Amino acid sequence: MSRETIELVVFRYNPETDCEPAYQRYQIPYHHDWLVLDALNYVKDHLDRSLSYRWSCHMAVCGSCGMMINGEPTLTCKAFVRDYADSIRIEPLANFPVERDLIVNQDDFMSKLASVKPYIIDTDDVPLSEGEELQTPAELAVFDQYTGCINCLLCYSACPQYSLSADFIGPAALTLAHRYNIDSRDDGFRQREERVGSDDGVWQCSFVGACSEVCPKGVDPAAAIQQGKITSAAHYFKKHLMPWSDS
Amino acid sequence: MQMVSTDIAIVGAGGAGLRAAIAAAEHNPSLRIALISKVYPMRSHTVAAEGGAAGVIKAGDSLDDHFNDTVAGGDWLSDQDAVELFVETAPKELTQMERWGCPWSRQEDGHVAVRPFGGMKMERTWFATDKTGFHLLHTLFQTSLKYPPIQRFDEYYCIDLVVIDGRCEGVVALEMRTGKLILFQAPAVIIATGGAGRIFPFTTNGAANTGDGMALAYRRGVPLKDMEFVQYHPTGLPGTGILITEAARGEGGILVNKDGYRYLQDYDLGPPDPWPRKKAMELGPRDRLSQAFWQEQQKGRTVAWPSGDVVHLDLRHLGEKKIDARLPLVRELSSTYENVDPVREPIPVRPVVHYTMGGIDTDINTATPLSGLFAAGECACVSINGANRLGSNSLTEILVFGARAGRAAAEYRAGNDDRPKESELRRQATKPRSRIANLMQGDGKEQVSVLRREMNTAMESGAGIYRSEDSLQSTCETLEALCRRYANLELQDKSNVYNTDLIQALELGAMLDVARTIAVSALGRTESRGSHQRLDHVERDDGNFLTHSMARFQEGNEPQLKYKPVTITKSQPAQRVYGGAAK
Repeated sequence: MSRETIELVVFRYNPETDCEPAYQRYQIPYHHDWLVLDALNYVKDHLDRSLSYRWSCHMAVCGSCGMMINGEPTLTCKAFVRDYADSIRIEPLANFPVERDLIVNQDDFMSKLASVKPYIIDTDDVPLSEGEELQTPAELAVFDQYTGCINCLLCYSACPQYSLSADFIGPAALTLAHRYNIDSRDDGFRQREERVGSDDGVWQCSFVGACSEVCPKGVDPAAAIQQGKITSAAHYFKKHLMPWSDS
Repeated sequence: MQMVSTDIAIVGAGGAGLRAAIAAAEHNPSLRIALISKVYPMRSHTVAAEGGAAGVIKAGDSLDDHFNDTVAGGDWLSDQDAVELFVETAPKELTQMERWGCPWSRQEDGHVAVRPFGGMKMERTWFATDKTGFHLLHTLFQTSLKYPPIQRFDEYYCIDLVVIDGRCEGVVALEMRTGKLILFQAPAVIIATGGAGRIFPFTTNGAANTGDGMALAYRRGVPLKDMEFVQYHPTGLPGTGILITEAARGEGGILVNKDGYRYLQDYDLGPPDPWPRKKAMELGPRDRLSQAFWQEQQKGRTVAWPSGDVVHLDLRHLGEKKIDARLPLVRELSSTYENVDPVREPIPVRPVVHYTMGGIDTDINTATPLSGLFAAGECACVSINGANRLGSNSLTEILVFGARAGRAAAEYRAGNDDRPKESELRRQATKPRSRIANLMQGDGKEQVSVLRREMNTAMESGAGIYRSEDSLQSTCETLEALCRRYANLELQDKSNVYNTDLIQALELGAMLDVARTIAVSALGRTESRGSHQRLDHVERDDGNFLTHSMARFQEGNEPQLKYKPVTITKSQPAQRVYGGAAK
């Protein structure tokens, strides 16, 4: 079947003028090679300049353009219109407060990310002049997959636990905490564990695995969190049953 | 107007801005640093850099070699004192990134691995698979979270610099979430806003790369230097312009035309074998490779593809294992966006606008001629890149000069305790306020997207890979007309919260000003050098043009052009030699 036009059904909300959100329909030309983002850009450039959304790289690496497409958290720059039926529903990412139209408030993620100390904590303090710290490809492979997170927040949108409990640190931030915990150059596990092993941390995860299903970069946050639970439990038992132990 | 008082304001939170913020915080932890960006830091376009970052580390390599490659790659337009400093600092900065956790790809023995890159005599490009910019950006952003002096202002669009008595004293920015204007009082300001690729229609650059910071400085009298030098990367995907990294050729990929012929051997880059070989064939510099594509296209030897003419980048001989280990993003991008799996088929590619060599005029310490204003990264022109940047020098540049800008601004702040009167600061902020009001209330007939498209078309047709007096003249005239029409804009969106219609209008204003400096500087340079190729002046002319062009803003008029000598320390201009004869 050849298609000439398709319809976008777009969530609209302007806090200055609207009491509640509404859906607006746009008829746009169909192009086989268009991304959903291209379709939105067509609307912005040709039909309705008041539509607001975020985007930048157009190559699935900056993480700006996550939205719900037909109810699924998706990067609009990685979804082709050809893979959808003639009407496509576009909404802001679920589980976040909406600022306007397709733009959500990301403050919660930004503060949670900072709270897990996502950086190398190195107690050795070797001077820079001694050159790079050695790390074998095998040591790199232990954590490499978890470095791939682009902070697009699709996983928070898909996470059933985050939708129930706003305190949950959530998939991406916990994955990044784990990424540093298992980096051979890092000594920060105990500092992060106060937060990661707390009531808001890994133990809230009910292992549904929706985060990993929607992740556009194959990071597998669910696996990181399960591994995090194991190290967290080991730490707990060591601390309480072997208080003389140093780790 | 709400006022935020700070010691250093940094505009732009990509690689250069983040590195500057960390350097300033380490230099003096008692400073207050405002990191202001129109996008969240991890959305900045550093994220899209792929292939790697150059720095001498391996036995057999030398700082002199990195220096010579960079200067010849830039067709002798680089300032050589800056290049000396750059190559010397590069390994330290890359090692610092290692200490901060960057997941550099490694050799079996645990040392950092390096790969060959175009125009480089030795393997000296550090890499994290083919997502090096992404990893550098996230490592810097995450590391920045441990410095309390750094206060972020995410999604604030800077509209103007505050200049009082010839000194930069802060910035005025629009808080995109509320539409409020905020006055940042800051005795030192660093601009680190990246490039301006969106001036062109077909670019690897993200939507954010609209030259905002260049325009900020330029409108306040700081010259934009060497703006005619715009780099076309030879290998972008044809439909989208998505970058396929030079590392694909560094790892052994080849370029062939429609006859399966490695055409680069016809353009002083051969012989084709032995391959891979440094500084030859596919590992020649980007300007020469993009120009060779244009020549092949003229001869009718490119491949017709639905979205335009292409050549083929063939990686099949590398095998699936190596492609997945070294070039996983290339495989992902090519499969997703072009439906071509490079393990099985060659990738269709064509040249695409990638990088602005020119930018805000700075000295070797990142200081601009405006007291209190510093600039680093792609928005700045030190210049280490001259007439053509070598691949993998730019990621290193944002680290070396970003850190330098942070320290320079911190030192400048320490020596300047006089603060302007608040009333004077507020008086300065009235101009940007009325500019926004005029835009919001404008009732003309012009639309942002229409003007932007016409600007894009004029730049590609007149100021592309090859230029001539006629084509540039016509582009200059179109741009002038577009600037007049810009005054007649009408915004449909009148609201305050995330008014992206307004932001796009401001971005377009910046792009038009910057575009004019590109076209006028290109018209003035009647020679061919590096990325600037004139069909009507085909030779390099050292007698007249071993100089930096300096485009200065004139309200309501074309930029005024002046020239400034290039700094030469130890490499006298010579012929650029690639291929079999390359040293």
